[in-house]
Amino acid sequence: MSIVLAIAVLGLMSLVFGALLGYASVKFKVEGDPLAIQIDELLPQTQCGQCGYPGCKPYAEAVANGEAINKCAPGGEATIKKIADLMGVDVQPLDESHETNNLPKVAFIIEQDCIGCTKCIQACPVDAIMGAAKQMHTIISDECTGCDLCVAPCPVDCIKMIPIEPSIQHWRWDLEQISIVNVD
Amino acid sequence: MESVVERITRKHFWKFHGGIHPPEQKFITNHKPIRHLPLPAQLIIPLQQHIGAAAELIVKAGDYVLKGQSLTASQHPMAVPIHAPTSGTIKAIKLAPIAHPSATQEPCIWLTPDGLDKWRERIIREDILQLTREQLLDIIAEAGIAGMGGAGFPTYIKISHQTPIEFLIINAAECEPYITADDLLMREHSSMIVEGIKILQQIVQAKYILIGIEDNKPEAIQALTQATAQLADCYLCVLPTKYPTGGEKQLIQILTGKEIAKGTLPVHAGIIMQNIATCFAIANAVLDDVPLIQRIVTVTGQALDKPQNVWALLGTPIQHLLDQCGYQAENNNQLIMGGPMMGFSLPTTQIPVVKTTNCIIAPTEQEIPSGNHEVECIRCGQCAEVCPSLLLPQELQWSAKANDLPQLEKLNLFDCIECGACAYVCPSQIPLVHYYRVAKVDIKQQKLQELKAEKAKTRFEARKLRLEQDKRQRELKHQQAAEARRAKMNSTDGDNAKSAVAAALARVKAKKQATTDTSTTNDAIAVDTENSIAEQQQSQVAAAVARAKAKRLAKQSQTEQAPEILEKIENEPKNTKSNNPSQDSKLQTDSNSETTAEAHHTVQPNTVDAVAATLSREEKIKLVIGKAKQKAETTQSPLTEPADAVTTSIASNKQHADDRAQRIAAAIAKAKAKKQQTEKQ
Repeated sequence: MSIVLAIAVLGLMSLVFGALLGYASVKFKVEGDPLAIQIDELLPQTQCGQCGYPGCKPYAEAVANGEAINKCAPGGEATIKKIADLMGVDVQPLDESHETNNLPKVAFIIEQDCIGCTKCIQACPVDAIMGAAKQMHTIISDECTGCDLCVAPCPVDCIKMIPIEPSIQHWRWDLEQISIVNVD
Repeated sequence: MESVVERITRKHFWKFHGGIHPPEQKFITNHKPIRHLPLPAQLIIPLQQHIGAAAELIVKAGDYVLKGQSLTASQHPMAVPIHAPTSGTIKAIKLAPIAHPSATQEPCIWLTPDGLDKWRERIIREDILQLTREQLLDIIAEAGIAGMGGAGFPTYIKISHQTPIEFLIINAAECEPYITADDLLMREHSSMIVEGIKILQQIVQAKYILIGIEDNKPEAIQALTQATAQLADCYLCVLPTKYPTGGEKQLIQILTGKEIAKGTLPVHAGIIMQNIATCFAIANAVLDDVPLIQRIVTVTGQALDKPQNVWALLGTPIQHLLDQCGYQAENNNQLIMGGPMMGFSLPTTQIPVVKTTNCIIAPTEQEIPSGNHEVECIRCGQCAEVCPSLLLPQELQWSAKANDLPQLEKLNLFDCIECGACAYVCPSQIPLVHYYRVAKVDIKQQKLQELKAEKAKTRFEARKLRLEQDKRQRELKHQQAAEARRAKMNSTDGDNAKSAVAAALARVKAKKQATTDTSTTNDAIAVDTENSIAEQQQSQVAAAVARAKAKRLAKQSQTEQAPEILEKIENEPKNTKSNNPSQDSKLQTDSNSETTAEAHHTVQPNTVDAVAATLSREEKIKLVIGKAKQKAETTQSPLTEPADAVTTSIASNKQHADDRAQRIAAAIAKAKAKKQQTEKQ
């Protein structure tokens, strides 16, 4: 008798909780892919497309769906590590097809060479290039993400990527660097 | 509860947590007067010497400048100008390492003094009480005065707040070891300092003026007591010596018991703090129109023969100061700019003195050991005991070493004032502050990157949205254009177009019908001379009925009399040729088969007569023979054939009257051939 009672009680409980879970899954349904959003927040948002996807968000969605986590060249090892932590997978070295040098860069237009074709403007994913047809173009360096995408379309090769020089604002203390100097 | 002022008058101050008592080492320099140095051969004046933005250059290389002349100017609120420390020629404007631990190269003005030290025109202001608050602020800003305690925040911004100020605190604590610059300044220029305090008070209108000074400067205290005797609501607060009393938040806590909340400024709590040297600079600027072009620098350390406080022009290379103080390079292991607790090592001696440089230490190895003798943390917790900001330095250290930036922020790393007390007491000699400094820069860098990423993302998404909108608009435009075209066709030229299409359709239909007519029956065309479709259809129906009848008859005749007819046809032609054809034919029809004749008549009720009228007898006979033959054929061929064969042969007769004879002959021949074939089979 007691067994029947136990089964009945447990069965009832499972029904109740099942109903509760079912209700919750409908009521508190999360729109979109929360994992993709989290990954997107970790990516450097250069929108460079070096991963093979048109922007950081598409890559984040792809990673959430099982794409390799080591394709973000601007993010480098740090980003791979963060994504690995988030996804609970092993850290992988950066995809070999990408250059490992991910120093921050900024595009620069050699203005006397610019013919004003607007091709770089169309290529820029963050609208960081100012200019109009047959007018000289220039980079808004504060907005430039250093994604390289404007370099290839330029018909006169007047865009070059310049590494950002460390300034006091960007300078990092290097404990090893502060050495004892014998001043003579 | 007793008020702040009551407590102060009873010399009953608050305390801040922690703090240390390092060897003061002030005896090295505090007994010597401030020395004036000969002009250096070269001044290197960095464009930016304070927190904020660099002002814009208004001189160029080759210019001759007078002492006190502005070298930069800017409308930027966070930028204060710099001035020529002496008269001379600007040699160049180029990069030089600046007073920063990185020794980063920044743009500097290289000024070669001419030795005349010739002043620009100055306005000596006698009655400063006539000046308005705004005028005073302008003078202070124009004089390029930035906080001289260490941070270098532009002074005029700090004092231009409109909030009511309760306490104006003058920081004369000078708590860091070795440094005696403020001490000597107070001893020698106390009256000028008090003038500066008066000007500040005129601007901020504080209820009380509190001067915080440590009790290890008796001579300065005495001088200030005398100088401030006439100053109303001014309290000289002699504080117990403890490092870091001179920290802004610590001094506020000691004097007022208030703690400045994280993320807020003292001014929000009604407190403004100024360094004693800044007061002196303000007095100089307002009274004597002397901009900030020089400051007192404590040049000290046991590697110097003549350590002393010196008046150093801004831009003086450290090397010049050291040379003047008997520098013994062989005894020296490192050069420290700032105090021993909060300063940083200099990578080169060509770094210039700037507005915030208060001390240069050239210690011996015994005095301040260089190098890193760090061993593992033993978790003694002494660092937490001495931390004036109530942080957990040990925890911070672990997180900093692990580069766990979020955890560092959780542990309030940014409340660390980098006083170095923790590193001082650490038995494992861990350079804790260095780790914090690195981590702070890392976090700032990361924040900057995150901000940039966020900005890039917004811009990227805005661009995507814009492109999509453009696309949609384009599509909409195309759609509208297409619709417009369609509408135009329907409305204006619509009728014509429609009728044209209808006409074309009608033509096609007519053509189709015409072909079917010609193919079906000849007589239909012959009979129906009219074009009307209805009539044609009627005749078609009639023809179809006729055909059906003919077929039926043909079938009957085939089954009954076909062999006879065939025989007749085979035999008779010879006779008919020679004899009267009409009679023969008549005979044929009469004798051989009435049914065939009948059938022929029913099939071609009109045409046969018509044809007969036009045809010669011979032809007629031939025709009949042909028909008969064909009929004979149909005995073995499908039922539909005979009628068709008849109609085609007749049709060809009708349509091509000229070569009728030939065609009939051909038909006969064909029929014969076919017959032969069937016989063979």
